[in-house]
Amino acid sequence: MLEIGLGHYLTVAAILFTLGVFGIFLNRKNVIIILMSLELILLAVNVNFVAFSHFSGDLTGQVFSLLILTVAAAEAAIGLAILVIYFRNRGSIEVDDINVMKG
Amino acid sequence: MAIAALSFYVFAFITLFAAVNVIFTRNPVHSVLFLILAFFSSAGLFVLIGAEFLAMVLVIVYVGAVAVLFLFVVMMLDVDVAARGKGLARHASVGALVGGLLLVELVLFVGGRFSSLPTNVAAPSQPIPDMAVRSNTQALGDVLYTDYIVLFQTAGLILLVAMVGAIVLTLRKRPGVKRQDVRKQTLRRIDEAVELKKVEPGAGL
Repeated sequence: MLEIGLGHYLTVAAILFTLGVFGIFLNRKNVIIILMSLELILLAVNVNFVAFSHFSGDLTGQVFSLLILTVAAAEAAIGLAILVIYFRNRGSIEVDDINVMKG
Repeated sequence: MAIAALSFYVFAFITLFAAVNVIFTRNPVHSVLFLILAFFSSAGLFVLIGAEFLAMVLVIVYVGAVAVLFLFVVMMLDVDVAARGKGLARHASVGALVGGLLLVELVLFVGGRFSSLPTNVAAPSQPIPDMAVRSNTQALGDVLYTDYIVLFQTAGLILLVAMVGAIVLTLRKRPGVKRQDVRKQTLRRIDEAVELKKVEPGAGL
């Protein structure tokens, strides 16, 4: 228990990832919470990358993690911008209401 | 060693606790605050395994910029807090099924398989230098600006495109709002602004 290994970090990341996926299913009212769940999922991926990087002694994982952070930040900015204009046009961001493109 | 293990458990527990609260809290503002807590404590996890630069990036960029962006948007959009939770049970059962299966798969197969690193992995292509000789930030810079320069520039391009996209999406011209138009002001001529009227004395207009 006192020796923290790769498995500990992978378990934390797995639980974090699952919580993110569960959050996407759970929140049908608020798209912002879904975006936050996506951030949690990406955070779990980052934890995995950094843990593997440390325990295999390879710096590449941290470089990749840095790029994931960049993409996640860009995704959050674009997602929130879309959300703002959607709210401006429709006056609601409930997931169940978003069916304009439904055939 | 015991302190490192204890810190790991504390940080991991806080991260997971905050992640649970991000999902289940009714108020979106509280959700964002718990998201900040999750980022903060996972930055602690990163420090524990020597990824100091990433931890600082997480704190500065994520807590300082992205989470505050979320906070702004949550407060700008007037979301009905009370309406949340309607029809929760129906989606929760599907989510619990998918999430539970995913968790069992991940923990059993990934967590069990990689409880320690397999011995037959290839030698690291970018070995982590000794922390006492070269700090984590210096080591990252060494590879980021040389071997991974193309990826680094691409990341910058992605951020540029995201910035332009966000501005283009949210910029709007509102009709009926009076704005100062400097060009119109300076192009104004005296003959279209002032009109001389001949007024007969004592007659009025």
